[in-house]
Amino acid sequence: MNLEQLPILQVILPLLAAPCCLLLRRSRLAWGFAVLVSCSSLLIAATQLHIIHHSASGSISYEIGGWAAPWGIEYRLDRLGGLVLLVLTAIAAVTLSVARRLLQEEVPEERHHLFFATFLLCLAGLSGIVSTGDLFNVFVFLEIASLSSYVLISMGRSRRALVAAFQYLVMGTIGSTFILIGIGLAYMMTGTLNMADLAQRLTMTLDSVYAEGASIENPALPVNQTRTILAAFAFLTVGLALKLALFPLHAWLPNAYATAPTVVSTFLAGTSTKVAYYVLLRVTFTIFGLAFTFGQVGLQFLLTPLAIMAILVASTIAIYQGDIRRILAYSSVAQIGYLVLGLSFATQAGLTAGIVHLFNHALMKSGLFLVVGCIATRQAGLTLESIRGLGRRMPLTMAAFVVGGLGLIGVPLTSGFISKWLLVSAALESGRWLVAVLVVTGSLLAVVYVWRVVEAAYFLEPDDKTTSEPHDAPAGLLAAAWVLLGATLVFGIYTDLPVGVAREAAASLMGVGS
Amino acid sequence: MKKHSILRVVAKILIPFVLLFALYVQFHGDFGPGGGFQAGVIFAAGIILYTLVFGLDTAREVCPKRVLECLVAGGLLLYGLVGTLGILLGDRFLDYSVLADHSGQHIGILLVELGVGVTVAAVVVSIFFVFVDRGRH
Amino acid sequence: MGLFNYWTVIVLMMVGFYTVIARNNLIKTMIGLGIFQVSVFMLYISMGKIADGTAPIRVQPSAGHEAIYSNPLPHVLILTAIVVGVATTALGLALIIRIREAYGSIEEDEILEMDRNS
Repeated sequence: MNLEQLPILQVILPLLAAPCCLLLRRSRLAWGFAVLVSCSSLLIAATQLHIIHHSASGSISYEIGGWAAPWGIEYRLDRLGGLVLLVLTAIAAVTLSVARRLLQEEVPEERHHLFFATFLLCLAGLSGIVSTGDLFNVFVFLEIASLSSYVLISMGRSRRALVAAFQYLVMGTIGSTFILIGIGLAYMMTGTLNMADLAQRLTMTLDSVYAEGASIENPALPVNQTRTILAAFAFLTVGLALKLALFPLHAWLPNAYATAPTVVSTFLAGTSTKVAYYVLLRVTFTIFGLAFTFGQVGLQFLLTPLAIMAILVASTIAIYQGDIRRILAYSSVAQIGYLVLGLSFATQAGLTAGIVHLFNHALMKSGLFLVVGCIATRQAGLTLESIRGLGRRMPLTMAAFVVGGLGLIGVPLTSGFISKWLLVSAALESGRWLVAVLVVTGSLLAVVYVWRVVEAAYFLEPDDKTTSEPHDAPAGLLAAAWVLLGATLVFGIYTDLPVGVAREAAASLMGVGS
Repeated sequence: MKKHSILRVVAKILIPFVLLFALYVQFHGDFGPGGGFQAGVIFAAGIILYTLVFGLDTAREVCPKRVLECLVAGGLLLYGLVGTLGILLGDRFLDYSVLADHSGQHIGILLVELGVGVTVAAVVVSIFFVFVDRGRH
Repeated sequence: MGLFNYWTVIVLMMVGFYTVIARNNLIKTMIGLGIFQVSVFMLYISMGKIADGTAPIRVQPSAGHEAIYSNPLPHVLILTAIVVGVATTALGLALIIRIREAYGSIEEDEILEMDRNS
């Protein structure tokens, strides 16, 4: 076995570990095994990113079953994919390592092995989406990831989790069916599912794609100017926008994140929407290409207003929420706005900002949800009233929250600042003054909703002052939260890893498109 | 259902043929239409028919929960192991040609489909049992 | 045949989609979702049809006559999508059963009302 097998191991390791977890049955055993697997996944992802970053071509490819692409299924990973995989597996490893402690309050012990099996399936699905170079494979892995996340969300303690999971299931299924229609229409016109091959064939003329002797009305027309391809593109983007929770298709997200077990919110907040964003980048830039997406269709005229609406509206809603988890969830919807805004500039600087923000926000939001998990181990309520005075009772925990909150706002020295800075300068570079102003406005709104939590925790007196002894969350949990949030500080100062890789990833995306 | 002797007798005659047909679809899958998924569903249909006629408790004795769970995981693992053999023997994942000189592809797809069939049958039966069991308490 | 298959697909798709949007009963939602998905299955299956093509099972070539096969790939793809559909339906129904146990109702407006009051 050698390093060229890594792309497939990344996917099948968690995929095959899931049934093993089912067989292990004992909570502790299944947990230990799952942690081992997720740490190996992290190692594989890091090695892959290292190989890709130092290779001349900037990508690695793996042919499943030895069948050559485009006939067989090809796994293809470039810098963008490598970076997404790294953050995905890192969050999975950190979350899983503290999962058992967090689950104690929320899921009965005899169901733990099922939880870990489902968690690993979700990880396998998400890794598969990023690794594969085949469009139909994306759909299959997307469904593996989605179905397992519906199950994970429904394990929440309150009965609202069931309703949230059901709503997510309905919305998610509509989204993925749209994606399926889009893939089908694209296949109908080109006869291929391999992304690279598809991108090539979309720019060819109809008579060169069709079999000889077929009667075509307009043989010199490029494939991507047909109405079928336009419909395919529309279905794919709307489906992905649903999965991405892009405003106004975000309705499933706040309920799902606020009612799921905190382990699940921690994992999904950092990964599932990020992976959907990755697929959106793949579809718009790699497959359909820059000229089609932004020249012919003019997607930026739709995405820019929606992204700005997401930032402003969701941040404003977040201010009025009474539950910390709902504040964070609406903040996620707003941050997705920043991601999509970077994409909609269609410039290298904008894309770089989007990719860096993907990396940074994943770490921040997972870290913040982990802090919420820490709080939940010591007290039941997570509303702003019930965390009054928590700054004194759980000083280290709330300090971690403050670090994450500063990142969300984009204060200098946190990684949130780096991505906001890149985004604003990308907007100014391309002459979008108004957009830059609105991005800064969004950050000001973030100040308000983060401040409401900080105010409640540090400056308001609790109702009963009897339990004022400092009593932080269990050390392991606290350490995990600090690992994620500490990472945002580190990447706010040493920006080489995310920014350097993202810049080259953006360049290659733009290059493929032009 | 204890009184409906016609149903019981017809079901008893039918079930072996349903199961046999499932096996046919399973192992004929590499020459004609068929394969693991279809076979698994047909096999599960046979067991579901048995449950409908003879009751859940009897059916639970035929397929205990523990066994079903092992089959769900086992089928998937069989698939994975066949795929991984390709890697271990120095080739790609799911490359069956390493399994044998000439008939590698044949053996490979047979085993993989068997894994799929076992998992699908076990999953469908488990889903049915869980749904039926739910309302009784 | 013309565009007959596409019209069928569109009509089914809209019927399913409307049911998902306009319903109140959770079971009806799942039914609508099922119809919606089936319409896409039909889109794929009809796509694989080739005029005069037989089922894609290899036949012995007779002299001077080469068999034309339908495209099997859309069939295989949609088999996967059908499996996904089965899983989605099973999970959806399981959730409905749990919701019914927890709330005593499967009408969405009643459930949301209960959530608002609690």
